[in-house]
Amino acid sequence: MQFFMEVLIGGLLSGVMYALVALGFVLIYKASGVFNFAQGAMVYLAALSVVGCMEKGAPLWLAIILAFAIMTLFGIATEKFVLRKLVNQPPIALFMATIGLAFFIEGLAPMVFGSAPRALDLGIVDEPIPAILDAWGIVISKFDLVAAGVAALLVTTLALFFQYTRIGRALRAVADDHQAALSIGIPLQHIWAIVWGIAGFVALVAGLMWGARNGVQFALTFTALKALPVLIIGGFTSVPGAIVGGLLIGASEKLAEIYLPPVMQSLFGGNFGGIEGWFPYVLALFFLLVRPEGLFGEKHIDRV
Amino acid sequence: MFKHRKSVPTAAISIALLAQGAIAAEEQFFPVLSYRVGPYGANGQSFFGGFVDYLTYVNLKENGVNGVKIVWEECETEYNNAKGIECYERLKDKAKVSTGPIHTMSTGVAYALIDKSKEDKIPLAMMGYGRTDAVDGSVFPYAFPLVTTYQMQASAILRFIKERGKGGLEGKKIVYLYHDSAYGKEPIVALQEEAKLNKFELTLIPVAHPGNEQGAQWLKIRQENPDYVVFWGWGVMNQTALKAAQKVGFSRDKMIGSWWAGSEEDTVPAGDAAKGYMAATWNVAGKDVPLIADIEKVVYGAGKGNLQDTSKIGTILYNRGVSAAVLSVEATRKAQEKYGKGKPVNGEQVRWAMENLDITDARLKEIGATNLLPQIKTSCTDHEGSGKVKIQQWDGAKWIPVSGWIEGNKGLIHPLFQASAKQYATEKGIAPRDCSKEK
Repeated sequence: MQFFMEVLIGGLLSGVMYALVALGFVLIYKASGVFNFAQGAMVYLAALSVVGCMEKGAPLWLAIILAFAIMTLFGIATEKFVLRKLVNQPPIALFMATIGLAFFIEGLAPMVFGSAPRALDLGIVDEPIPAILDAWGIVISKFDLVAAGVAALLVTTLALFFQYTRIGRALRAVADDHQAALSIGIPLQHIWAIVWGIAGFVALVAGLMWGARNGVQFALTFTALKALPVLIIGGFTSVPGAIVGGLLIGASEKLAEIYLPPVMQSLFGGNFGGIEGWFPYVLALFFLLVRPEGLFGEKHIDRV
Repeated sequence: MFKHRKSVPTAAISIALLAQGAIAAEEQFFPVLSYRVGPYGANGQSFFGGFVDYLTYVNLKENGVNGVKIVWEECETEYNNAKGIECYERLKDKAKVSTGPIHTMSTGVAYALIDKSKEDKIPLAMMGYGRTDAVDGSVFPYAFPLVTTYQMQASAILRFIKERGKGGLEGKKIVYLYHDSAYGKEPIVALQEEAKLNKFELTLIPVAHPGNEQGAQWLKIRQENPDYVVFWGWGVMNQTALKAAQKVGFSRDKMIGSWWAGSEEDTVPAGDAAKGYMAATWNVAGKDVPLIADIEKVVYGAGKGNLQDTSKIGTILYNRGVSAAVLSVEATRKAQEKYGKGKPVNGEQVRWAMENLDITDARLKEIGATNLLPQIKTSCTDHEGSGKVKIQQWDGAKWIPVSGWIEGNKGLIHPLFQASAKQYATEKGIAPRDCSKEK
């Protein structure tokens, strides 16, 4: 039971890390109805900006501020040079544009800041907390707890922002219908620039946490791989859904990784394992069949 | 305006003709299937930087191989199999007149080229990666898993553990944590044979690609509480494993990685979590190898260095690239000795040379590569030529060798290659060569 709890808690905490990336997708989707293929690349760009600025001599706090400025400028530039031309185009056109954007960032970021994998030290050690280890024999790292705290703070802030601010409401209106939002005087360009800026900030937070854990390197773009099942489960339009989806994916994949292989081995023989790569997608497929809008997504009803 | 319009197609045609241009008769061509961008670009930069720097060094220092200037063309594969094949197809025509061996530094691309390279008679070097049963040259005449293979390396790591512990391997618990791909799966059969022979308990734990999340695997390792973790990682999986080991409190000096998990690119991003970690290697790091110091002096002194970031000179992967180039140039030299000194050599001739390499410590000393890599002696039945690795340990800033050259259990491992090659020959309808008739 103790081991089960350890795996479960470890999975939930991993899920928080997935949710941090998924949040960026939700923001863009809410504002433009588009799955932003470039979110993983934005995480990479943000983290690379931090270590790049630090290598030039900036202390961590200044590097984070400079990286935020870079991400904001990037958001504004994306709106100006990519999205503005595509207003009222079908979502697939916007989606394709984000694919191009991902390749652009993946090429540009290492050209500017270098491609060598680098360490990012936030001063939070990824080691077990001795008190918990001694009392319950369970490994919980300080780093994971900080990540959970950061995610909780982000979600609360974003949920409040969407629900209670003017920009938040305008954002939701834009997501529903670009043309209708424009006709009632919502400045679409400003809204998109703001939301891409905020998505850049979320990418920066995710990049800091993932970069501190695994090093800052190209593989940060892979963090987006787990965001898709998280979004399918949580719903593409729900900020709290991203967290719940992340927790569900994190916990279920870890439990599956530990407890499924022995069952599969006894049934089919051979050596199973390494199922974390596909298990979240199977789970997401199941959700698509029974609840296509996800746990917290808006049910889409078309008038005939 | 009209003039400008006319000049565009003219220039395009000229560039196309130049690109298609045949290699001059007095030059030795090397097709280089490199990767410097993409997920593993940082690793490729160091390796191919070292490779190209050595070719430049030979041109500058000796005016080529016996006066035959080395020329090369790089094609970016991005560590992608499809692009690797595309690059090969693009460069193979240029490699018709003369060619050095092709290095892909990718098991996937190497697998994809095994049959093609044989058809086109271009030797394929797979130094420390690729299809390992190609050790048996009777079935794989054009493929060379030179220096050592995954299986021999795994066996050498176990020998190191055995000698280090003094109590042997019997009764010990060893976890094999591996990238769930052909690369990670290749050594399993060797480890299982070793487990039977040495009576230790082996637990296999796979990690799904890309390996940036290993929480469950390391909790399992914590529960198993093994004596050692033998680790076959690549890319981000390496840093993640080191951090995850730290997280569950597993001692890094009981973790021994493969050579693809033992470069500065793997340990630096993991910070303090990497301290004490060990890994196998078939080449040493550092600039104290005379050849590496001389390359820096001659090539970079002449402003012809391939790397912008010169801090990579002397790193494990840079020195590995130099080692790969050393063997390739030595093969070219050997081919010239048989087929005509001072003349370019073709794929068939280089293939013969690679099958008859005899690079002794004396020769390594002449080149300035003493201890950079082990002695190599290949034959038709042994395309590996060495089977030796060193174990190195990360001290927080650099790799320090903690063993001499250790050879895996050849008597146990090579019959596995032969059995696998035989099966491959049956499946593909290949009639193996009679190695006793090869000269």
